[in-house]
Amino acid sequence: MSEKETDLQEVVNQALAEQKVPHVKLKKIGPNSVDIEKLTKPSKETHQEYWGRGLTLLAIFLIGLLVVSIIGFVGEHGLATFFSDHVNLFSFLFSSDWNPGAGNKHVGAAAMIVTSFAVTLIAALIAAPFAIAVALFMTEYSSAKSANFLQSVTELLVGIPSVVYGFLGLSVVVPAIRMIFGGTGFGILAATLILFVMVLPTITSLTVDAFKAVPDELRKSSAALGATRWQTIYHVVLRAATPRILTAIIFGMARAFGEALAVQMVIGNAVLMPYNLVSPAATLTSQLTSQMGNTVMGTLPNNALWSLALLLLLMSLVFNFLVRLVGKKR
Amino acid sequence: MKRKTLPKLVIFLLLLVSLLDGCSNDSSKITIVGSSALQPLAEQAGNDYRLAHSGSNIVVQGGGSGTGLSQVQAGAVQIGSSDVFADTQKGINANQLHDYKVAVVGIVPIVNKDVGVKNLSTKQLRAIFTGKITNWSQVGGKKENIIVINRSRGSGTRATFEDLILQGQDAMKSQEQDSNGTVKKIVNSTPGTISYISFPYAEDSNIQKLSIDHIQPVNKNIPDNKWHLWSYEHMYTKGKPNKATAAFLRYMLSKKVQKNLIPQIGYLSVNEMKVMRDSHNKITEIGK
Repeated sequence: MSEKETDLQEVVNQALAEQKVPHVKLKKIGPNSVDIEKLTKPSKETHQEYWGRGLTLLAIFLIGLLVVSIIGFVGEHGLATFFSDHVNLFSFLFSSDWNPGAGNKHVGAAAMIVTSFAVTLIAALIAAPFAIAVALFMTEYSSAKSANFLQSVTELLVGIPSVVYGFLGLSVVVPAIRMIFGGTGFGILAATLILFVMVLPTITSLTVDAFKAVPDELRKSSAALGATRWQTIYHVVLRAATPRILTAIIFGMARAFGEALAVQMVIGNAVLMPYNLVSPAATLTSQLTSQMGNTVMGTLPNNALWSLALLLLLMSLVFNFLVRLVGKKR
Repeated sequence: MKRKTLPKLVIFLLLLVSLLDGCSNDSSKITIVGSSALQPLAEQAGNDYRLAHSGSNIVVQGGGSGTGLSQVQAGAVQIGSSDVFADTQKGINANQLHDYKVAVVGIVPIVNKDVGVKNLSTKQLRAIFTGKITNWSQVGGKKENIIVINRSRGSGTRATFEDLILQGQDAMKSQEQDSNGTVKKIVNSTPGTISYISFPYAEDSNIQKLSIDHIQPVNKNIPDNKWHLWSYEHMYTKGKPNKATAAFLRYMLSKKVQKNLIPQIGYLSVNEMKVMRDSHNKITEIGK
């Protein structure tokens, strides 16, 4: 009996040693072996805890500082247009006369705002049905193997740099549009087609997640009621996933709204109110990227560009807000 | 594992900090920022200089003439490059800056090959870019609409072009493109287009260079201002340059760079110029 007891003690000690739990070896338990000093002071583990918490807090603090200083910087320069250069906010938003070098009467961003929204909305409108169809196929119809294959294909599209999309647009899409619709080929349509390919993977992969999140019980119950697969998809899966699909589309739109380089190469960069889909136009981002380097810090043309940047920042806040709003309805 | 990664992380951060610190304390470091037209030349010269002078450290970045001027004025970089005169830019105090003209570059109007025009007068060019002439048949070409592709507002090339060709008139609103390469590609592939690029980019049989007033767009017509569409490439320093920067600028103006490298890239040496142009486009003959 006593032999067995020592065996047990050894086994326990060994296990404790393997787990690297210090100071709790069974033999030492007892009033004589406990170091009272040690027990009243914070242990090594507590110190590690402090360290870890300190490091994470520092990281959070740095990121917070970064966000605040970015917003502060963009805000300071963007608002200078209105406060120190005395540009009228109303004419900034609703006039399309953009020539900041000529004075503060000529700072109107309306043409760019309209173009940015047009490009974003049309791209999302074309991409959404495609994305939903592909996602439905991947989650509801195909085998796991081909779904995996499709997944990697869509992810491949994400990795292509935007300058490549722009170059493709310049050499393939623009000439094609010119041949079919006339004009120069540069304009909203070309930008939309490029953006369609660029936002498709974003919307698709998020929509796949949306369908995967629909509980299987719903599908099974629907089948038990005698619904066909299409009826199940149409009346159950799509309905249940709608808020998440909307979130996916908004994420896609946010990406389209902020894309600069590819759009800049195919949209023509003429700050004109677009009168049709194949007339040259300019978006907020394309103006920003093509002009920023040519202006002198602190002058009106430079501040006016920062105002465009501020507008973009506010829009991305709106997109974030929309995502949260739609997500809450779930 | 946690206990082991933490010291590693700390050491890594310390190394990073010391590395960054080492960079900023290096007094021989020269940063050149600005004009994208000057970038290829600055990069090549910087590389050669670095190889010949161990311990020198030259970083070249683009960003545009406006960036170059405002960065050098703010003291953030040692050299700001620009293809426009500093005193033509609002917000720049040109008195603080030292101007080193390192090269001259020509600008040439280019058209798509199908328009059937090889020469335009200055007057016709002005009428096209202000939107008064809209069809190639009005200037002796095919019956085809003219599509104007301007350079980005504020770009040095555009400023030079508008100063010398439009002479104070406003350009029509049209498509704008930023880089020489993209402009060339668009003009090559879009029928009826006209734009302008700098000489080094124009050596391309896919596009049609235009003569102006029957003067050929070649480098040898620039020194005596026969081809008047050209601009200086400036390197600006704030006040007097420090020792390392001064040495590099001497190198840029040396025979080695001016005689060999600059013509090689398609620019023109400042030493060849027989005329001088000031910031108000006043031409004076050198030596008279």
